[in-house]
Amino acid sequence: MQFQKKNILDMESLSVDEISMILDTADRMKEISQRPVKKVPTLRGKTVVLFFYEPSTRTRTSFDIAAKRLSADSLSISASTSSMVKGETLIDTARNLEAMNPDVIVIRHPSAGAPHMLARTVSPSIINAGDGMHAHPTQSLLDLMTVRENKGEVKGLRVAIIGDISHSRVARSNCIGFTKMGAEVILAGPQTMIPKGIETLGVSFTLNMEDAIYDSDVIMMLRIQKERQKSFLFPSEREYAKVYGLTRKRLESTKDDVLIMHPGPINRGVEIAPDVADGPYSIILNQVTNGVAVRMALLYLVAGGTRNADTD
Amino acid sequence: MQILIKDGRVVDPGNYDGIADIFIEDGKIVKIQSNDNPRQLPTSNEQPATRNKQQAYRTIDATGKIVTPGLIDMHVHLREPGHEYKETIETGCLAAAAGGFTAVCCMPNTNPVNDNSQVTKFIIEKARLADTVRVYPVAAISKGLQGTGLSEYGDLKDAGAVAISDDGCPVTDSQLMRRAMEYAKRFGLLIISHCEDLNLLAEGVMNEGALATRMGLSGIPNACESVMVMRDIALCELTGSPVHIAHVSTMESVRAIRDAKSRGVAVTAETAPHYFTLTEDAVGRYDTNAKMNPPLRSKDDREAIRKGLADGTIDVIATDHAPHSTIEKEVEFDRAANGIIGLETSVSLSLKLVEEGILKIEELVEKMSTNPARILRIENGLTVGNSADITIIDPDRSYIVDVESFRSISRNTPFNGLEVKGKAILTMVGGKIVFDEKNNNL
Repeated sequence: MQFQKKNILDMESLSVDEISMILDTADRMKEISQRPVKKVPTLRGKTVVLFFYEPSTRTRTSFDIAAKRLSADSLSISASTSSMVKGETLIDTARNLEAMNPDVIVIRHPSAGAPHMLARTVSPSIINAGDGMHAHPTQSLLDLMTVRENKGEVKGLRVAIIGDISHSRVARSNCIGFTKMGAEVILAGPQTMIPKGIETLGVSFTLNMEDAIYDSDVIMMLRIQKERQKSFLFPSEREYAKVYGLTRKRLESTKDDVLIMHPGPINRGVEIAPDVADGPYSIILNQVTNGVAVRMALLYLVAGGTRNADTD
Repeated sequence: MQILIKDGRVVDPGNYDGIADIFIEDGKIVKIQSNDNPRQLPTSNEQPATRNKQQAYRTIDATGKIVTPGLIDMHVHLREPGHEYKETIETGCLAAAAGGFTAVCCMPNTNPVNDNSQVTKFIIEKARLADTVRVYPVAAISKGLQGTGLSEYGDLKDAGAVAISDDGCPVTDSQLMRRAMEYAKRFGLLIISHCEDLNLLAEGVMNEGALATRMGLSGIPNACESVMVMRDIALCELTGSPVHIAHVSTMESVRAIRDAKSRGVAVTAETAPHYFTLTEDAVGRYDTNAKMNPPLRSKDDREAIRKGLADGTIDVIATDHAPHSTIEKEVEFDRAANGIIGLETSVSLSLKLVEEGILKIEELVEKMSTNPARILRIENGLTVGNSADITIIDPDRSYIVDVESFRSISRNTPFNGLEVKGKAILTMVGGKIVFDEKNNNL
């Protein structure tokens, strides 16, 4: 099978076969990062622009390391150092970047659909590293990879996602990604954090966290943003932790081989208790490790892999 | 100049419907002669035109066409003063004429805001110079659209304002709205209300629901509009002042207005062609030309709007013509400006309602001419002695909407490329032909 996608925009536009191919490629890429010399020449001469309009440590570093391990030249642009502060539009900035012939633009942007707009406008491959509340496909792919690695396969698993679903692009992408790969997804959170019509993504939801976690194979906790108190989503971190925090006590009523995940950054003591985050069921840092592998796979597939070999 | 509009189907709701000839002299309608039944001339007491005179008439053959009293779009944004790169009074008037409108009401959210007689007079003077369609300024309810103090309605009325509205912004302060309704009474100024609860709007950029959720966009619930519609109906009952609800988009609003009307409340309402034509699905791939406020709603809402039009709950079709340039539209969806242009597509989109059997042609003319005139208390109708404001529509003309042919400066419409049927082919204001499809230079 050849990988045909030029852009990685969201989980909706990836087929089951494409997702499987990305995950298989990532599995192979993972080994490179375990070598003493962590570099292969695969993407030598390719240029990857990391175009981050939003603060990010994990995702940007992960893409940067992924590009460098494949010998691509990578460079970062952030909102504060770009011409956006001078009032340049996103499309103009992208066209200017395009004029310098990069092969891949990785974009994170606070506006949903921004990567899609770029994909329609400029010629390099676009990888969405998070657009507003819409999508975070590379996170979903690394989550799928991590679950598959630990459970053998994703199909048939029950995955609980707990927290602010409304504002979470990770939740949206995982609702689509995990159901596409055959898992059952159940969401939990207060009604204020469950967006209208989320069940059309093929998932179910409950307002009661216990109902979501007791029979689940995977529990994914989402970060609670304190500033959401201002829009009345919840009264206090204290009460949130009490009703929706993942504590050791709550873990007692879950499956013995449950996996605990979190896209980070975590709020210790709010959505997840420190001993749970650091405990034996937690695969939070495996997610980060696999993030590099997944991004290596994506860069390889869109910039140096079979797609280009075929079409060039 | 003497003009004879010959053999058209004259549709003037409540007044006349049939094949007739309209004789125009010195900008006025002087005679209407029925061709259905020559023995029942509606203007039988008029002097028949002499043979000599008849030869002097310029004749417009309207066979197979619909001749209506001039269409009125009571909700447009002409952007001048202040945003002339989007539209000017001149280009807006040309677009109106090309769309079959003989009059428009322009909203006050210009820069400076039309909240004082100087701006009102400026708009009227610019419209006079444009010499195309009639322009009726709508002035601001509150100074600077700030929602904190009343504009000087007496001055504004004297300067030529026909109505007041804070369109674009809701009047959030209920007490201010009450006082505006009460104070406006003395001056006979209609209040046009933009109904929106800004707290419920929050960060919303499209209709709330499954699609917004999937697209990761913040939703705007129907209640954002309907709670304010219900408030204004209550204030209308409290004050006894008429209120006109602008751009109705939700089923709850339609229901509330229907209920209020059945109780005899002096509320009227308008909707725009996009609300009975499109649904939120048009937002599709983050198309900013489908972004407007209120947003495109669900199929059920669209159905309710159509029903509201059919049963008379919604009195008026107005476009909310809102020109924006690519500067405001070729950006991220959540950062894009709200609004689409509508003057040059309204007739075609509205005729679809007739084709689909939702409205009869005379009902459509009511909603685009008779009713706005009645609500605004401006002259209207194809009666002898009236100013010859007339629109001729070819109901059978099929064409593809092409923004590049638009007179408007702006291009922000989701209807580009759509195949439609029916079109205004001639527009006459005070006996002057301001648009004639056969002669685009007019």
